[in-house]
Amino acid sequence: MDFALNAEQTTLQGVLREFLSERAGETAVRAQMAEPAGFDRQLWKRMGAEQGLQGLAVPEEYGGAGFTFVELGIVLEEMGRALTVSPFLASAVMAPQLFLALGDTEACERWLPGLASGDTVATVALAEDSGSWESGEVRLAARREGEGWVLDGHKSFVVDGAAADLVLVVARAEDGIGVFAVESSAEGLDRTPLPTMDQTRKLARLTFGGTPATRLVSTDAAAAVERMLDLTRIALAADALGGSGRVLDMSVEYAKVREQFGRPIGSFQAIKHMCANMLVELESSRSAVYYALWAAATGHEDTSVVAPMVKAHCVDAYLSAAGDNIQIHGGIGFTWEHPAHLYLKRAKSSQALLGGSDLHRRIVAERIGI
Amino acid sequence: MDLSLSPELADFQEEVRTWLDEHVVGEFARHRGVGFSWDAEAWDLRLAWDRELAAGGWLCMGWPHEYGGRDATVDQQLIFQLEYARADPPFRATTQGQDLFGPTLLHSGTAEQKARFLPPITRVEELWGQGFSEPSNGSDLAGLRTRARRDGDEWVIDGQKVWTSHGGYADWMYVLCRTDPEAPRHKGISMLVVPVDQPGVDVRWIRNSLGGDDFCEVFFNEARTRADLVVGEVNGGWGVAMGALGTERGTTLLAEHLRVQHEVREIIEAAKANGRTPDAALRQDLVQAWTDARIMEWNGRRLMSAIKGGSTTDPTTQASLSKVFASRAHTRIGETAMRAQDAASELVGADYSLNRLQQVFLGTRAESIFGGTTQVQLNVLSERTLGLPREPRPS
Ligand SMILES: Cc1cc2nc3c(=O)[nH]c(=O)nc-3n(C[C@H](O)[C@H](O)[C@H](O)COP(=O)(O)OP(=O)(O)OC[C@H]3O[C@@H](n4cnc5c(N)ncnc54)[C@H](O)[C@@H]3O)c2cc1C
Repeated sequence: MDFALNAEQTTLQGVLREFLSERAGETAVRAQMAEPAGFDRQLWKRMGAEQGLQGLAVPEEYGGAGFTFVELGIVLEEMGRALTVSPFLASAVMAPQLFLALGDTEACERWLPGLASGDTVATVALAEDSGSWESGEVRLAARREGEGWVLDGHKSFVVDGAAADLVLVVARAEDGIGVFAVESSAEGLDRTPLPTMDQTRKLARLTFGGTPATRLVSTDAAAAVERMLDLTRIALAADALGGSGRVLDMSVEYAKVREQFGRPIGSFQAIKHMCANMLVELESSRSAVYYALWAAATGHEDTSVVAPMVKAHCVDAYLSAAGDNIQIHGGIGFTWEHPAHLYLKRAKSSQALLGGSDLHRRIVAERIGI
Repeated sequence: MDLSLSPELADFQEEVRTWLDEHVVGEFARHRGVGFSWDAEAWDLRLAWDRELAAGGWLCMGWPHEYGGRDATVDQQLIFQLEYARADPPFRATTQGQDLFGPTLLHSGTAEQKARFLPPITRVEELWGQGFSEPSNGSDLAGLRTRARRDGDEWVIDGQKVWTSHGGYADWMYVLCRTDPEAPRHKGISMLVVPVDQPGVDVRWIRNSLGGDDFCEVFFNEARTRADLVVGEVNGGWGVAMGALGTERGTTLLAEHLRVQHEVREIIEAAKANGRTPDAALRQDLVQAWTDARIMEWNGRRLMSAIKGGSTTDPTTQASLSKVFASRAHTRIGETAMRAQDAASELVGADYSLNRLQQVFLGTRAESIFGGTTQVQLNVLSERTLGLPREPRPS
């Protein structure tokens, strides 16, 4: 019984930290920020070829490495730390987890190997202009046409929607909610990148006009979507953990060297306590994220309560730490040039994604019977 | 990350569960969850419960057999705490000896001292009090003034201690005394073991803000103890005491943090009973309370792994930040508890008797003070863990 990463997991963490700092440092992050649908394709290829990251948690039978959600969480933490601009969340978490939750083996065989190798970039389109992430509020219509299905309507806030080669669309058919696979080349599909405050996480609006789609087989698509959302919530908490760790490091480094009144600002108790409080919250978030990753990895019954809980808690803690980091830096922390604002923005976009923290606490309330 | 139980641990869990099922019955079952570390409520019943645990061999589990323990592993101790929290028996009365003094003595005592003092702790025959804080020295403990001087083969002690938890029940106290007034502050302090039942020791209860008698002030007026009853070296008491404070922030806290989940369930039930659950703001705070209680559990479990070794988490750091997180969170929970009870939260019973949720509201104020205040913990975390420069101190 160990509430800690094991030796291999710690090694993975170290390797990734080095890989990302070499291949995707701040300059690389900034280069991708300006491009509304951009991501570093070369980095993406390397992530697949050298590290096998995209397929880490995909079962071996579908071309992945068959590791668990814990290892995936370690990757997400490091990417959060480095602010990596890549469709990893969409293509290595949301889409594969939705495939797996639906349990359509034929579809898994057809698409998962491409996702696992990184050759295919995929995403999930759920929210619409209303901004709601509840499948019950999906309006986009699916109707039969001949042997197949066509989609009509729109999706918004689609993570990496403009870059994806494959979109899993949650739509409303006559018999209820279904998930439909649409390739980016499909007829009648129109994709517009959305300008976002957090330029490290790309969103897009998609419109469908009689767009042909393949319906994925499932006994309960709405439940599968919810399972995918829960895992994505945990993934966002892991990303937040990484970012929180980085902003604390930045604060401490700066507080040691910046002098005012003839002494390092880190010797003032107001600054010290701010840093120590960030540490308290960071490590408490770490305990929560590690537990959630383990719960997700083992299919523990706790997962559905813990997922929205850690999402709300950890992104809120991240946002607050990112704000404190700016405060500790003074004027320089308010500039475009300094990376402090990038973390504040990533924290805010993580908070908004899948619905804010108030919504997530409402979900927990329902799930624990309040 | 692997929280699953080995077959041996699963058997052990079953054993603990069965024992608790069979023993948390009758009066003990009627007093589930009674008592906190900061009170002496239902003292006799809690003492009886501690003796029940002692008879089952469940106290001081990690101690060696020869001193009355069962050499339990860290994992077994964790399983026990998890099961114990689930059963929610009355809160142990005699934590001072078991969780604070005992481990200190195990670490720093002589063989004779251990053989003399540890077994009666495991059998709940002798109770202990911690004499560290003084009226003029709390956080700045190293400036303490209580003095001890040698007189033949005895120490003679003069001075005053304060906030001594359960001091009025103590048979013995472990007391930090200045034994070399000439030495630098940290280097002239010794930890003496002092019998309470003697003319030179006067213990007086202090009423706390809940209206209960829980801690004491203790006056030493030519009090005496044997020369060999020094824990660790003469003038080496500071290091010994810091070990005790570290322990205080360690495993003990797990038991306290795990039981908070029962409080949160009670708060939710109170909110339902008062028709308050539709209130959106309260719902958010109820979920925050549940989140906080779970994080206390996870922080505690992570601490246990750190204590076991082989993890990158430093146990001292984890213990300290677990305490800061928990005391803050528990205070928030106490506030939510009052809101859940609505207007009735203002009403107390006869003789100022308080319900459990009112106790949480008031009592949690102590958690950010005892065992090293939150501010002192933050100083230590920022300087020792984060490596921030020390504050300039007056020379
Ligand atoms: C319920 C309860 C039980 C207790 N049980 C025992 C016991 O059994 N035995 C025992 O010896 N003691 C016990 N204590 C005492 C406890 O350890 C002290 O109260 C604590 O160490 C604080 O000391 P103080 O009360 O003198 O407050 P002070 O040290 O005077 O502190 C007052 C305020 O100043 C702040 N402060 C002090 N120094 C600093 C600093 N350097 N930087 C920033 N802020 C600072 C503190 O955080 C606090 O907010 C108990 C206390 C309580 C409440």
